[in-house]
Amino acid sequence: MTMEATIARSAAEIARDVNARTTSAAEVTAATLAHAEAVEGEVGSYLTLLRDVAESHARHVDERVRNGAHLPLAGVPIAVKDNMCLENTRTTCGSKILEHWIAPYTATAVARMLEAGAVPIGKANCDEFAMGSSCENSALGVTRNPYDLTCVPGGSSGGSAAAVAAYEAAIGLGSDTGGSIREPGAFCNLIGFKPTYGRISRYGLIAFASSLDQIGPLTRTVEDAAFAYDAMAGYDVMDATSIDRPVEPAASGLREDLSGLRIGLVREFDTKVLGEESDALYRNAYRDLERLGAELVEVSLPTADYGLATYYLIAPAECSSNLARFDGVRYGLRVEGEDVRSMYDKTRAAGFGPEVKRRILIGTHALSSGYYDAYYVRAQKARTLIARDFAAAFAGCDLIACPAASCPAFEFNAKSDPYSMYLMDYYTIPMSLAGLPALSVPCGWVMPEGASRPMPIGLQLAAPLFAERLLLGAAHAYERATNHALAHKPELAGVRA
Amino acid sequence: MTQYEAVIGVECHVELKTQTKMFCGCLNEFGGEPNTKTCPVCLGMPGALPVPNEQALTHIVRTGLAFGAEIPVFSKFDRKNYFYPDMPKDYQISQYDMPLTVGGEVMYWLDDGSLKSCRLTRIHLEEDTGKSTHAGSGDGRIAGSSYSLLDFNRAGVPLMECVSEPELHSARDAVAYLESLRRTLLALGVSDVKMEEGSLRCDANVSVRPAGSDRLGTKTEIKNMNSFRSVERAIESEIARQIALLAGGGRIVQETRGWDELKGVTHSMRSKEEAHDYRYFPDPDLVPLEIPRELVDRLQAALPAMPWRRFERYTKEYGLAVNAATQLIDNLSLAQYFDDVVARSRNPQQSSNFVLGELSRLANETGVAVADSKVDVGHLAELIELVEGKKINSKIAKDLLVRMWDGAGSPTALVEREGLAQTSDPAAIERFVDEVLAANEKVVADYKAGKTNVLGFLVGQVMKASRGKADPALANELVKTKLA
Repeated sequence: MTMEATIARSAAEIARDVNARTTSAAEVTAATLAHAEAVEGEVGSYLTLLRDVAESHARHVDERVRNGAHLPLAGVPIAVKDNMCLENTRTTCGSKILEHWIAPYTATAVARMLEAGAVPIGKANCDEFAMGSSCENSALGVTRNPYDLTCVPGGSSGGSAAAVAAYEAAIGLGSDTGGSIREPGAFCNLIGFKPTYGRISRYGLIAFASSLDQIGPLTRTVEDAAFAYDAMAGYDVMDATSIDRPVEPAASGLREDLSGLRIGLVREFDTKVLGEESDALYRNAYRDLERLGAELVEVSLPTADYGLATYYLIAPAECSSNLARFDGVRYGLRVEGEDVRSMYDKTRAAGFGPEVKRRILIGTHALSSGYYDAYYVRAQKARTLIARDFAAAFAGCDLIACPAASCPAFEFNAKSDPYSMYLMDYYTIPMSLAGLPALSVPCGWVMPEGASRPMPIGLQLAAPLFAERLLLGAAHAYERATNHALAHKPELAGVRA
Repeated sequence: MTQYEAVIGVECHVELKTQTKMFCGCLNEFGGEPNTKTCPVCLGMPGALPVPNEQALTHIVRTGLAFGAEIPVFSKFDRKNYFYPDMPKDYQISQYDMPLTVGGEVMYWLDDGSLKSCRLTRIHLEEDTGKSTHAGSGDGRIAGSSYSLLDFNRAGVPLMECVSEPELHSARDAVAYLESLRRTLLALGVSDVKMEEGSLRCDANVSVRPAGSDRLGTKTEIKNMNSFRSVERAIESEIARQIALLAGGGRIVQETRGWDELKGVTHSMRSKEEAHDYRYFPDPDLVPLEIPRELVDRLQAALPAMPWRRFERYTKEYGLAVNAATQLIDNLSLAQYFDDVVARSRNPQQSSNFVLGELSRLANETGVAVADSKVDVGHLAELIELVEGKKINSKIAKDLLVRMWDGAGSPTALVEREGLAQTSDPAAIERFVDEVLAANEKVVADYKAGKTNVLGFLVGQVMKASRGKADPALANELVKTKLA
């Protein structure tokens, strides 16, 4: 088997072959590592490549398979976003403050992936503490979009997305707070799936905004997303916000058509503002949904427009508190000072990047006495209204379809003003505030102005709470019928060969 | 001259006795090698998450119920944000506006036996911080120290904060309140409440005002008191300082003051102008708490007898002295033993005499608790009955008790087997009297010459001759008659 044939297989195919022992986890791992080393110079998906760890896990998987175990993700190479702990490996959050921190334990979601047979290839780059929509906020490295190396991969899970798009892993683990899985998924021609809040344990995920953070997979196929979800979802005693309710397996619910489904198009989300080309692609996508048997209905989310403002109060408020522990006292970077107070100040001044500082400041202000009611409390009320809007909308439809991001992947430094970057997540934030499961699935290619290559855009599908099985099932039908993902391949030396 | 009245409120922090810490699975035990009882959660490691300890929640609800507090259906945890080196996350998980219990009152009593009460504002649950040791400065203070050592064994231990209304009016009241609080927590089994181990820590808010005024004066908060004795001294000293200041035309500054045990004075620590903005907000890692009514009812039904109720029973119903009642209330196993004895003997006074007297003395000598001794409550009740029925005299009773302590068993059986029953037959005693008088002619002569104080000696000899069995009153009477 050629290297490309080895690494370009989907996770489902790899697991099938490793379980059937027509290939081994060791072989898949070796090929993936070799390929990653070849393309990392161009793409830069990983902050840390875990060669020894990966080889040792692969050997262990092969041994378990030899002993008769059937592992749902046997030998599947995965990229782990570097805000998730993996015991004895560097876990940086893309920040100078944790640049040399070695995690002393493993995140539940990662542990469950490994238990299912996955092999960790590396810790993937991300926006610092998962704050950003381009991966440009990483303090530790640059990750490029495998489809156009002059463009960003999206963020904040940009490293995980780029790794999967560049065949450096079959599944990328990302975390989505306001769109950080769905947006890089759209930018990198992938399925980016954020499950219901609380469905996958956050234990070991270094918190950005606790009430919004959710781990999810980035994959090349919907089936792989379902496999990853089935491996990770479920109650965890270590996370008080994880939900103690049985998980409906998603992999067995994949459908081929959408008959009997009502899909809501949001009246307030006008795709004309996205430009002619994108507008046409989204209209086309909606027609495809209809062609597959869905009934399209109009729904309304009157408060969705407040999503951005609401999010940029709640998320920074929580982040200002969550990031307080990075103070130089117990671990991570320490810059000495004359006393404890100046040590804190110097450490945090040197350790955090501008976007993190900006959000800590906003959050500290929003929570301070005198402003708490005006900002934080009002934002929480707005959040409740947004969730109610969704509940009302879902009374009239089974799923909602809309764009995943405000534009395709853009060139580095194209959005230097923070607000224009925040606008990237306009379509994903409302679902995050409501805790809903949502994903992005490739829905076409556009030629951005001045670009030399076509770039992918994503369709977002959102479902009611806990309707992951329905959501992935429908996305699978759409994916199979349209095959947009296969129209172009990434422009990489290793892949072109 | 203006008369002043003190107004005192007390805030208590009590470490709860639970198997594990508040939000993780680490053992909750005092001491140990520094940083050995820790995990990613209580160390606030990146990515670690808290999971509430149900035992701690139950402890607080039971405590609230014991004081007659209201238990709201909904409660939640909030974050109190401030930077401190021994606080792992740089925020403390606490409760802000929805505590687990609201209101209630603590009944306490003074040495004269009077019962008083002080209302509670609230009881809430939070996590303890770690402990800093400042080194290199000589006096253990942070100023001037060259480095600090951090021990996080205590970090994450469940902490109950019990806030009183400002309804106490003297240092003595404050201490009696604290003693009653402490007794109740012990009775509930929710804490060891050891001040020397830091499992009970308290701060006092003190203000004074002209007597009769209904407006509160400016208060100061006193910290660093490490015994009830120092609480009493600190409050007394602070009241005196404030009165002297006001009487001299001065003004009280709202501030935090430390208590200096050696100098016996309070000193300014920091003023309220430097007070933190804690930026409280609901902890997004923890879902709101819902306390089921059935649980509250079940816990209410299973509460032990409260110390002040027992105090009333012991003093009013049983007629025990304040001192004896307090002693019993402060020793749970002894009190249980006492109650069992009373249940059988139906004689609280004699039961208290034996339990707090001879048995406690033996317990002190041998280091074995009364409740763990070989003296069966039924046997002690028998002994009391033998004394009350004048079957044996108190001297024999004491001897028997010593032998029962060593495992001699039933006193009735001993008395029968060894013929120790008191002799009340005048003829028999008369024989002993005659013997004694005959053998002590000189003493008899002395008596007749007016030295009446030798009577005791002669009666003693009669008792001795009877091997202690003679009825002492009868012996006394007969000796007197014969000498007349």
